[in-house]
Amino acid sequence: MRLSPIGCAAVTATLLLATAACGGREEAGTGATTAAGQCPGQQTTGITDTSIKLGGIYPLSGPASAYGDIPKGIKAYFDYVNAEKGGIGGRKVEFVVRDDGYQPPKAVEEARRLVEQEQVFALFQTLGTPSTTATWDYANQRKVPQIFVATGASKWGTDTAHPWTIGWQPNYVSEARVYAQYLKQERPDAKVAVLYQNDDFGKDLFGGFQRAVDGSQIKIVAEQSYEVTDPSIDPQMRNLAESGADVLLNITTPKFGSQALASDARNGAWNPLHIVNNVSSSITVLKPVGFENVQGVVSAAYYKDPNDPQWKDDPEMKLYFEKMKQYVPEADPAVPYHTFGWAVASSFHKAMEAVKCPTREGLRDAVRSLNNVEIGMLLPGVTMTTGADDGFPIESMQLMRFKGERWELFGEVIDTRKEFGPLTN
Amino acid sequence: MTGFLQQVIEGLGAGAIYASLALALVLIYQFTGIVNFAQGELAMFSTYIAWQFTAAGLPFWLALALALAVSFAGGMLIERVVIRPVEGAPELTVVIVTVGLFIFVNAAAGWIWTFLIKDFPNPFPGGALEAGGLSVGYSTLGVLAVVGVVMGLLYLLFQHTKIGLGMRAVAANPASARLVGIRVGWMLALGWGLAATVGAVSGTLVAPLLFLEPNMMGGVLIYAFAAATLGGFDSPGGAVAGGLIVGVAETLAGAYVGFIGSDLKVGVPLVIILFVLLLRPQGLFGRAVVERA
Amino acid sequence: MSERTNERGAFANAGSEPPGEDRTREPAKAADTPPRAGTPSRGRVLAPALARVTPGRRGWIAVAALLAVACYLPFQLVPFRVFQFTMVMVYAVALLGLNLLVGHAGQISLGHGAFFAVGAYTTAIMLDRWDLPHLATLPIAAAVAFALGLAFGLPAVRLRGLYLALVTLAIAIFLVPLLKRFESVTGGSMGLTLAKPAPPAWTGLAEDQWLYFLTLAVAVLAFLLAYGLLRSRVGRALHAVRDNEAAAEVMGVRLPFYKTLAFAWSAMFAGAAGCAYTWVIGFVSPDSFVVTLSITMLAGIVIGGLGSFSGPLLGGLFVMFVPSISQDVNDAAPGVIFGLLIIVVMYVAPTGLAGLAGRVTRSTKNILRKE
Repeated sequence: MRLSPIGCAAVTATLLLATAACGGREEAGTGATTAAGQCPGQQTTGITDTSIKLGGIYPLSGPASAYGDIPKGIKAYFDYVNAEKGGIGGRKVEFVVRDDGYQPPKAVEEARRLVEQEQVFALFQTLGTPSTTATWDYANQRKVPQIFVATGASKWGTDTAHPWTIGWQPNYVSEARVYAQYLKQERPDAKVAVLYQNDDFGKDLFGGFQRAVDGSQIKIVAEQSYEVTDPSIDPQMRNLAESGADVLLNITTPKFGSQALASDARNGAWNPLHIVNNVSSSITVLKPVGFENVQGVVSAAYYKDPNDPQWKDDPEMKLYFEKMKQYVPEADPAVPYHTFGWAVASSFHKAMEAVKCPTREGLRDAVRSLNNVEIGMLLPGVTMTTGADDGFPIESMQLMRFKGERWELFGEVIDTRKEFGPLTN
Repeated sequence: MTGFLQQVIEGLGAGAIYASLALALVLIYQFTGIVNFAQGELAMFSTYIAWQFTAAGLPFWLALALALAVSFAGGMLIERVVIRPVEGAPELTVVIVTVGLFIFVNAAAGWIWTFLIKDFPNPFPGGALEAGGLSVGYSTLGVLAVVGVVMGLLYLLFQHTKIGLGMRAVAANPASARLVGIRVGWMLALGWGLAATVGAVSGTLVAPLLFLEPNMMGGVLIYAFAAATLGGFDSPGGAVAGGLIVGVAETLAGAYVGFIGSDLKVGVPLVIILFVLLLRPQGLFGRAVVERA
Repeated sequence: MSERTNERGAFANAGSEPPGEDRTREPAKAADTPPRAGTPSRGRVLAPALARVTPGRRGWIAVAALLAVACYLPFQLVPFRVFQFTMVMVYAVALLGLNLLVGHAGQISLGHGAFFAVGAYTTAIMLDRWDLPHLATLPIAAAVAFALGLAFGLPAVRLRGLYLALVTLAIAIFLVPLLKRFESVTGGSMGLTLAKPAPPAWTGLAEDQWLYFLTLAVAVLAFLLAYGLLRSRVGRALHAVRDNEAAAEVMGVRLPFYKTLAFAWSAMFAGAAGCAYTWVIGFVSPDSFVVTLSITMLAGIVIGGLGSFSGPLLGGLFVMFVPSISQDVNDAAPGVIFGLLIIVVMYVAPTGLAGLAGRVTRSTKNILRKE
């Protein structure tokens, strides 16, 4: 017999142990509670008068680990609110972070763990379009709010079958529209070369840009994609340079963003207007390239850059630096991922304060009826607004140009909804 | 025509980078007979060590020398501590240990230095050599030169030194080698140390171009595998030739074959490898193994 | 469901097993049971036939117990755990295929994630375009993977060891951009979202339980098939090839034929696993099948134990649970712990967990005998 009896015994023992450790199936049902009084029948799992439990899923391991810094900013904010403000409306926030390694099946597993075992009130941020897509059916079946997901895919707002899932950051299509509008004004007959990451993010932004310049004098003369597994994007940049375009739209994630900026700087013969998308616009991307090499690069922003001296005396930014040092001393507050985390956590705070019923249904409704909510960490003039026909909390951005050692904002805050009409599928 | 030649030159530049890591892979395969999945990550870690030295204010070349020394010692230490306990185990077990090492080193680097990209100083000047409408970057020339020198040194080591002889004996037949008085254990440790050093050279060549971050070598490793497979795992010259072929073929296909485009160009080395291996299963420059049944 | 019939079938097999059969499979045993140096030769002297058959019976009893537990689990565990065990079985089926190739035919593949992906995508496209019933997608996915395995198995015949491993790795790498390119069929980088199979009303099962039992059925089928395959001519030929290629050829084993066949069978199991994956997750995207999946699979089967039937299961358990455990130990860098655990397991059990379990029992038995 090759089938090792002992091996089978070991497996059986493991399964039995697991059974014993996990308890009965019935337990799952008893954890769910519902509200009485004002909001009868609504779910109050994970929330009490003194506590609220949230779960987030981020890549803490694997190739996308850089985003694993976001929950540190969130933790700093919640720790601060818990310790100094008595929590959100008297409720202390517990934030459970799980690692999915940017793998959709793992994200499903962790979402189930958070909802069924940890009994969280809501999924607060799942990172990445694939992971969020893999989990949103589950979240909506279980009627668990999946709030402010950390991806800018446009489907979180346009989809109507998943009312429990909502994005936060400006979606990629709106961002593309901002760049298109800028070009229409500044370079109405621009020839554009596009470098994009061959995944949902790159395709979404590039597609949005194509549609936005459709019918104008702006022509896309060259496009090159790269895979996240490519060691270098130099060959792509060479092919783009040959097109002789006068604008380069750089739709990349941080490492490749730096490579593209450096490659553009090295090529003295080709000097296009370089537009870098928001994901790669952080100072941490530009600095390794050398500030002298990225002068005049254009991008768009919606939250404050911790490296920008103009926010030095901004009360929210001062608070952020102080509390980051106090509660997450090992993290560098100058890293914009932390700032992003802080901003999204304070957005949750505002949304939670606005709920009519402290229930999952209440939260779902609250994040879908935000009315010009101001968040300290967002740029002045950028607010959160949602409604029955609008599932995108943040839809305003401001253009910026790199000068000296920092980004300089210019022009007005562009409300993409006002400028281009609501985004529909 | 100039454009075509320029693409060839750029392809050679990319190929030299693949070749540099392929050399380390070939080296360790020669010494120990296993494929080291962690080679790229060890190179990345060595590069971080060099970066740390420069960040501490040391001049670049001193930092590099120190990093190479640390890598050599570290490589030997890894062999002694990590690989030694599974020495007698099946080959695949050792390979999986290197996979574990890969995951460990990658995560450890992210833990220590964060996943944010870092700027690594380029030892070569920035400009380019211009001739006949072609331009060759000094850093491309530099990388090619370094890879050539490393390949030459390895050839000398393999063919003309006592260590090289002992090493080949160990690779061919450990039991007999032990009988004739070769200290097999030290040979294996030496192999790991040398491979780690060559890897460190590769990492420091790559870092100025690709920027330093924990996943820097992941993509390079895949192409280095392709290069070593194409050239033959038992030939340093083959690894370099394989790297250059892969680099040029991939660049040209991406630039000129419309259907392939930049997304499918990674398939070009695959097809080349498949065809070469079908004709010569031991790789372009590898020796055919004649087995006694 | 048919678990009970399967069990009966299993026993029937065990009963009809001719004692002589065992000797031919003896070489394979070396993989999970190293030479019994410490075992007293008493057993062998007393009754060789008995010694060989008895552990077999015990093995089938263990399998029956395992199946019973497996059927009982989903009624006892919270849905989240049920999901985890469903995924364990998905991985186990894929690892079973890999085991066939690596453990029994001695060929290394680093591209099994690609066949897994082919199965998953075939299922997804069937469901997406033609609205086929879920169960109908299983044979199609398996057949497509089998055909592709056959196609790749032909060149694989000429390659050996390392070179084959690296060529298969290249296939796994190339598949991702390929899936993105043919957007109209595969959904491109956005992937495809699909409905999960709904439990029929008469079963009274919840969705997670139904998915669990579907996957269990796939797993039981796969294990039975693999068992039958290895007991057949094919299995004996494969073992002969693995243990000594030249000798096997001399004895008249058609090498290229069996090597290609091993590749194809193994791809088929991976494809079936991919099919179950699509049922369970309901979403496929190219970035779900990156090259690390293939490497993780190889690590999983080596850690689980090559050449044994419990190896794929143990490997599946490892692949499923150890990353989460790693995060519980070290929140800041789970990879550090995961990497360390892989290394440590390989130290403790160089022939895999299945072999370890065997070693532990043998030494326990020895101690007991001495007393």
